[in-house]
Amino acid sequence: MREYTTTNSNPFVDISHQVWAWEIPVYLFLGGLVAGMMVISGYLLLSDRWQKPKSVAYVLPAWSLVLLSLGMLALFLDLEHKLYVWRLYLTFEITSPMSWGSWILILVYPALLANLVIALPNALKGRFPSLATLSDRMQERPWVLRSIAVVNVALGIMVGIYTGILLSSLGARPLWSSGLLGPLFLVSGVSTAAALVHLLAKEPEERAFAVRADIGLLVTELVFIVLFLIGLMNASRVQQEAASMLLGGPFTAVFWVLVVGLGVLVPMVIQSLAVARRIGHTHVAPLLVIAGGLVFRFVMVNAGQLSHWTPT
Amino acid sequence: MARFGMVIDTSKCVGCLDCVVACKTENDVPDGFCRDWIATEVTGTFPSLSMEIRSERCNMCDNPPCVYCCPTGASHISDFGKLVQITEEKCIGCKACLAACPYGARFTHPDGYADKCTFCEHRLREGKDPACVSVCPTHCMYFGDLDDPNSEVSRLLESRKSKTLLPEAGTRPRIYFLTDKPK
Repeated sequence: MREYTTTNSNPFVDISHQVWAWEIPVYLFLGGLVAGMMVISGYLLLSDRWQKPKSVAYVLPAWSLVLLSLGMLALFLDLEHKLYVWRLYLTFEITSPMSWGSWILILVYPALLANLVIALPNALKGRFPSLATLSDRMQERPWVLRSIAVVNVALGIMVGIYTGILLSSLGARPLWSSGLLGPLFLVSGVSTAAALVHLLAKEPEERAFAVRADIGLLVTELVFIVLFLIGLMNASRVQQEAASMLLGGPFTAVFWVLVVGLGVLVPMVIQSLAVARRIGHTHVAPLLVIAGGLVFRFVMVNAGQLSHWTPT
Repeated sequence: MARFGMVIDTSKCVGCLDCVVACKTENDVPDGFCRDWIATEVTGTFPSLSMEIRSERCNMCDNPPCVYCCPTGASHISDFGKLVQITEEKCIGCKACLAACPYGARFTHPDGYADKCTFCEHRLREGKDPACVSVCPTHCMYFGDLDDPNSEVSRLLESRKSKTLLPEAGTRPRIYFLTDKPK
């Protein structure tokens, strides 16, 4: 028998002592989504698919800017010492993923703006003729277009991985102690972005491309989830205890039903049937993927906070 | 340069909470929070039970995850005593350090910044012991320079059996608990 009592403030008793609430999962979700949109819009620029007049490449940068700003707002709301947020940009702490992330996010905005200008939506072209001229001049220079595309893809990958590394660097939470969280969050982010492209795309060819890409991404995500759990189950006792929260513990149902079942497997099957022309394309699969991605962040953040080191 | 640490004799601690009250008074710790606390651990099978009472606080780790994850440098290792400290005006309240600490030693102060035990640095600078050490009625707590082989803490660690909390977490704590009876 081992009985432990403490007079310390205890998050298991007093919910106000929990570290992160809804803001961080929402921020990680929107960050991953925007990361995926940057990767996809960069790819569209590189592959010339953007030249079709109704290409989704013309709407992704604006959506990205709005969604990223909402994510940053959620992050800001989470801060307890809000008036000091500018302190992030007076230093660069090389060991802190949050410091890396805050500087990377500073680079993301100009990259998205450049992407917005080079793939300027028609609505903005009419309203801002000078922007339209600038856009035309940028499009005339292939190296500018390629540079913007490559920078968007690179920053998208960095942001996507960062959303996972942010958690996995906090070693006191054994559920997050896995290097696979970075790639897993990246793939999940690109998958939700592909689902959003599916919803936004007006060109049938682009919609089909998004669906095919999302099937591959969902398979990869599933493989990473399995590897992540295998890794934890073969690590130390505290990591095994952390993994057991998803394998029989309190988060089992929500993780396997909402995240893996409805968020990965069901849309994978629906989209595979649609690609095989057994059923038509609907909004069901992409909506499930997006909702699954959001629930995934909530599960990982909440379960991770409850996982902890305990003495033997 | 000193490297301050603490040694706590669990065979003397009675869990009276004097250290907790002294800390709250000395450091004006807000209601509902504490920088140090009492942990009681009962192990064994009836009737062979043993109880260990520990006065716990920030472990001032030599390998502090709270410092490494801080995005602004608010959590840092100070020159004075190589203590893990927080600069309130640099803290943005992101709570990464709270999530990174395996001991649950930190909390968010109602004013927004991360807070924790400082080893009463203001008292150390005046040559005094931390408040908790000063008031302990059983004299179970010892404070000093771990790098000085002649300090009381070093001599105790040399002559008695001791342990740190969660050594497997790799944080290299600087608070040691004596686990044997005094000779």
